[in-house]
Amino acid sequence: MSQYYSELSDKVINTLAEIETVKAVVAHGELTIEVSKENLVRICQTLRDNQELAFDTAIDICGVDYSTYEGSKAYTSRYASVYHLLSVKNNHRIRVRTWLDDDFPMVDSVVSVWSGANWFEREAFDMLGILYSGHPDLRRILTDYGFIGHPLRKDFPLVGQVEMRYDANKQRVIYEPVTIEERVNIPRIIRDDNRYAERLADKEQAGSDDSKSQGESA
Amino acid sequence: MSEIQNYILNFGPQHPAAHGVLRLILELDGEVVQRADPHIGLLHRGTEKLAESRIYNQTVGYMDRLDYVSMMCNEHAYCLTIEKLLDIEVPERAQYIRVMFDEITRLLNHLMWLGTHGLDVGAMTMFLYCFREREDLLDAYEAVSGARMHASYYRPGGVYRDLPDSMPQYEASQWHSQAEVDEQNKNRQGSLLDFLKDFTDRFEGYVDEYETLLTDNRIWKQRLVDIGCVTADEAKDLGFTGPMLRASGVPWDIRKMEPYAAYDKVDFDIPVGTNGDCYDRYVVRVEEMRQSNRIIIQCIDWLQNNPGPVMHEDHKVTMPDRMDMKQDMEGLIHHFKHFTEGYGVPEGEAYCSVEQPKGEFGTYIVSDGANKPYRLKIRASGFVNMSALNFLTEGHMLADVVTVIGTLDIVFGEVDR
Repeated sequence: MSQYYSELSDKVINTLAEIETVKAVVAHGELTIEVSKENLVRICQTLRDNQELAFDTAIDICGVDYSTYEGSKAYTSRYASVYHLLSVKNNHRIRVRTWLDDDFPMVDSVVSVWSGANWFEREAFDMLGILYSGHPDLRRILTDYGFIGHPLRKDFPLVGQVEMRYDANKQRVIYEPVTIEERVNIPRIIRDDNRYAERLADKEQAGSDDSKSQGESA
Repeated sequence: MSEIQNYILNFGPQHPAAHGVLRLILELDGEVVQRADPHIGLLHRGTEKLAESRIYNQTVGYMDRLDYVSMMCNEHAYCLTIEKLLDIEVPERAQYIRVMFDEITRLLNHLMWLGTHGLDVGAMTMFLYCFREREDLLDAYEAVSGARMHASYYRPGGVYRDLPDSMPQYEASQWHSQAEVDEQNKNRQGSLLDFLKDFTDRFEGYVDEYETLLTDNRIWKQRLVDIGCVTADEAKDLGFTGPMLRASGVPWDIRKMEPYAAYDKVDFDIPVGTNGDCYDRYVVRVEEMRQSNRIIIQCIDWLQNNPGPVMHEDHKVTMPDRMDMKQDMEGLIHHFKHFTEGYGVPEGEAYCSVEQPKGEFGTYIVSDGANKPYRLKIRASGFVNMSALNFLTEGHMLADVVTVIGTLDIVFGEVDR
């Protein structure tokens, strides 16, 4: 599996070389490439139209907010837009990640490449406030009508900001600030777990041997 | 001179054919749909946000509540992703149990779909037939996990416990005489596997019954044939997976293409359609039920002859045996750690998907090494199928919208998450 994906990684890098030099990582039998947001649509088009790659389906598009990430890798940007693509024709997958600006996360929409991307981008906009320029209909999708904020941002409280109830006097539903407090039963902990360190180091070593274009390692 | 305007119709959210809480804004010209704008999110519970604040095992229960008609398949995708990040191998017996329950779940889902779709289109009997069979399968769920719907039976590293040796029995009451109850308990004398074996023997005949009612039924065909056609290229472009894609003639099935669990060791076929209309989706799903039945039979045979562990033995990650917890110091510590802190998952990211009855269900986990996921993204097939509603219904009659919604097989638990 990893062997196949490191070969695919070379293929992808060579194909995209005329647009830009991409960083590629193979981990857990999955290929991840990082591309710049300016060339995203062109790259997606190439990934779809090249017959050897033929990524004909957008399986998933989501945003990630890295602002409280505590792992060993340091991420410079706060937001990333992540695309999971599948080639039904050739039976392989790829993950494309593009980093966005911190204060105004915006990237070109890929709806013109895969029309299935439409709702995924609406969802990422709703949940993380990532703007997809050129999207035909960038409305909120999952949250309430008139909702304020982007729930999956790390600075959005888990309990939310407003709660809703029926007011008998006004005879309508009203919104009020939340009265419940956030409660943490099990704290978030990162332990030094050396069991995995060794195993992962071995893998990374093996990975960088067969693909020369290894991204920055942990 | 009066100006002719299109009529805007608000369909749902409280409409029996809306399959839950779909609010659909339809723009109609006479009875022809010009534009369909689904408003979803009325069942949004923020599962992804909740998962970020809970340890890994606590989220297994939330997975059941996504697509609440295919519970164990959702858990399977989530567990596979964690297992991939932890790099652990699930014992073979647990893999077969998972395959068997995935297929039971597929039957549950397709029976639910067939029953409600029949109801939408006007075949009342289907609903009663399908729910009769669902009862037996839900009993299997109950026997193994104690819950009829939200099982949370799969765990990262295996399944919670081995299959039970006996089935719960009906008891006589003032409404049911002893003779009646004895009749009901007849196939419950052996183990769960014997009970399922009895079911699989009968099930093929049941599917024949459904087909005699529907497949060549003139009304059924008039309502379904050539409604909501999708070509193979359109289906891929729209992101369809599962039966929606296969009905358009693409033989794509994750169980065959990227086999997980024990799917590479069982024998089954993938049915494909030709036209990609509602009727083909019906035929594909009915054939899938027959194939699922085949897989269950093979799993029962294997499981009857191969006892073994059902949980990975690294108790840093999986729960220790109950007896160990009571008698062994290390077991006690593991148990304590599991409930006070959980386990850390090594830093990294992974996406794993399974062939859930509705299509590809995947979870994408970003871990920074903590005992809770940093980010969990759920890829639900219902969400993608729903997004194609405008494309599928444009130019069709109002009554066909109901057929198309039915054939998309949407469950709002997973569309809204």
